[in-house]
Amino acid sequence: MKKAFPILAILTAALLGYAFYEAMFVAPTDQMQGDVYRIIYYHVPSGWTMFVFFFTNFIASIVYLIRRNPKADAVAVAAAEVGLVFCTVVLVTGPLWARPVWGIWWTWDWRLTSTLVLWLIYASYLILRRFSTGGQTPVLAAALAVFGALDMPLVYFSIWFFRTQHPQPVVGGGGSIDPSMLRVWMISWAAFLCFGWLVFWLRYRLEIFKREVEETHSLEAMLEEPRFR
Amino acid sequence: MSSFWAITSATLAKDLRLEWRSKDAINSMLFFALLVVVIFSFSFDPTAEESRHIAGGLVWVAFLFAAVVALNQTWAREMRNAVLDAYRVSPAPANPLFLAKAFGNFIFVSIIQALMTPLFTVFYNLRPLGPAWQLIPVAILGSWALVVNGTFFAAMSLHTRSREIMLPILLFPFSIPALVAMVQATNTILTGQDSAKFWIVLLLTYDVVFTVACLLLFETVLDAE
Amino acid sequence: MTHSQPTNGSSVIVISGLVKQFGRFAALRGISAEFSPGNLYVILGDNGAGKTTLLRTFAGLARPTRGKVILLGTHDLSSVSAQIGYMAHPSLLYDELSGMENLRYFGRLYGIEGDQRCADAIRKVHLDPSLARPVGQYSQGMRQRMSLARALLHDPGILLLDEPFSNVDACSASEMVNLLGTIRDAGKTLFVVTHQAALLDGVADEFVLMGAGKIVSRPLERPLLEGAPR
Repeated sequence: MKKAFPILAILTAALLGYAFYEAMFVAPTDQMQGDVYRIIYYHVPSGWTMFVFFFTNFIASIVYLIRRNPKADAVAVAAAEVGLVFCTVVLVTGPLWARPVWGIWWTWDWRLTSTLVLWLIYASYLILRRFSTGGQTPVLAAALAVFGALDMPLVYFSIWFFRTQHPQPVVGGGGSIDPSMLRVWMISWAAFLCFGWLVFWLRYRLEIFKREVEETHSLEAMLEEPRFR
Repeated sequence: MSSFWAITSATLAKDLRLEWRSKDAINSMLFFALLVVVIFSFSFDPTAEESRHIAGGLVWVAFLFAAVVALNQTWAREMRNAVLDAYRVSPAPANPLFLAKAFGNFIFVSIIQALMTPLFTVFYNLRPLGPAWQLIPVAILGSWALVVNGTFFAAMSLHTRSREIMLPILLFPFSIPALVAMVQATNTILTGQDSAKFWIVLLLTYDVVFTVACLLLFETVLDAE
Repeated sequence: MTHSQPTNGSSVIVISGLVKQFGRFAALRGISAEFSPGNLYVILGDNGAGKTTLLRTFAGLARPTRGKVILLGTHDLSSVSAQIGYMAHPSLLYDELSGMENLRYFGRLYGIEGDQRCADAIRKVHLDPSLARPVGQYSQGMRQRMSLARALLHDPGILLLDEPFSNVDACSASEMVNLLGTIRDAGKTLFVVTHQAALLDGVADEFVLMGAGKIVSRPLERPLLEGAPR
């Protein structure tokens, strides 16, 4: 795997480049929005990728709670961090796109709002990880991840009903999705998934290394003869 | 099962007695909530008609802040003299402890609500146009929603540095659906424009889901180390 | 109230390869030992030798990082928790409640109803059950004794006592020692962590000398050079 990394990195870079080319030059220009809409090829695949990683975090947390396997916890941290980065990308590209199209940076549209809540929940998850002391971090974090997964349907549900009572901005473009758009979306998504997976893999390895180092330190501390105070 | 409820009620009785003697939580909560009401009435100067639309939000945000004050004290009492260890070495299961704490906090929050609601009504000149009795289930379900997760997250933050700030950091984002539901329910009842049923059902769902989750995971969190 | 005593010869506590880490600090560094029933063990050692951590792993409060604890023949410490009495450095009592109110509450956790057993436990440590003063206003020595009463309340087969004599005056301390002797003679197993081992001369059955997270030796006589093993 170590040797495969540079190859995978090059492949991912190539895929990202190809996705960029497709998104910028091949995909047809939107009739109403013009070229600005092309940010959709970053916005939407980031959203999908974010869900993949948050879901990974949830599964890993469940596995950790049942098996208490430290590797599952390492997967959970890595997935939550990468997921939060993609969530941030969604939240940043959203307003960038909204400003020229809707004329406003932000609207309390249900999808925007619930993505923001998702971001808050996972941010609090990572803050808990940082602030909890010692060996209990994985357990607490895993429990919180389960709470997060239970909360999300309620968040979507409540905000959807909350927001549909108010006027909604019309999402630009309208109508059915052009098949060529869908194709570029999928290419983009594949590229983002590969990229996300690569970063996730690095982060996971880092976490495992960190734990191995800690393990070694504590073994050394146990083996070396105690110094008398 | 009978010992489960016996331990729950014994713990609850003990907590109420401790609170009665020290009055730590209730005093600070009351004063804090009063401050929030006063500050809010300076920040917004609404007419009766406007206030109907925003009162739900004001009231619940005030209760949320006040609840955090009480929730933070829940476990402080158990940490003093490490009394929690005495519970943990005993054969008593973990969940009665959780339920007793949650019930205790529920009682505190209810007292606050009972005292604050008249104040709000006077300050904001409120008169519900919808079915006022529906405010009671909203208040009960809403308080439980804040309290059940709050008690759980407060137990979680026992194991963290700067635990006082950890509780709102965890509680607020997770309570958003409940908050939306209780605020919307209150507003619809006050304005009388719509039925609040949907929001009450949503609150009930939230309560059931998280009560079950807390009971399933509390022992894990309590014994985490 | 009788509790099933472990059969003679079998050990009350068996630990093997016990390691407990707090971050990078190893409080217990691979301890294996067996302890027989009906003995009073005195655990000695420097500060930081791992005495308290050892007691806490016995009590099930600290989960071992590695290794095993078998208590009364089982790994599942929570299933035998009614057999464990634990007295910690902090009092484990509510300061705002009176002694009786404290014990009444802790009794409920062990399924003990009524005041009789609570009052008995308080009398055993030579305190007055009718004392209405909250525990927070007790003297340090009284609080220690009340804390011991809490540990004794459910008549456990294994008593884990962490510094029971600290800040207790000489007279009360010797009363407590006599009480511990009686409990031992009733067939219970006691583990006493203390810096004042001389108090337990004549009552102690075995001394467990700890140093830097390990058991250094287990003499039957009190080691004269108390403290750091050199």
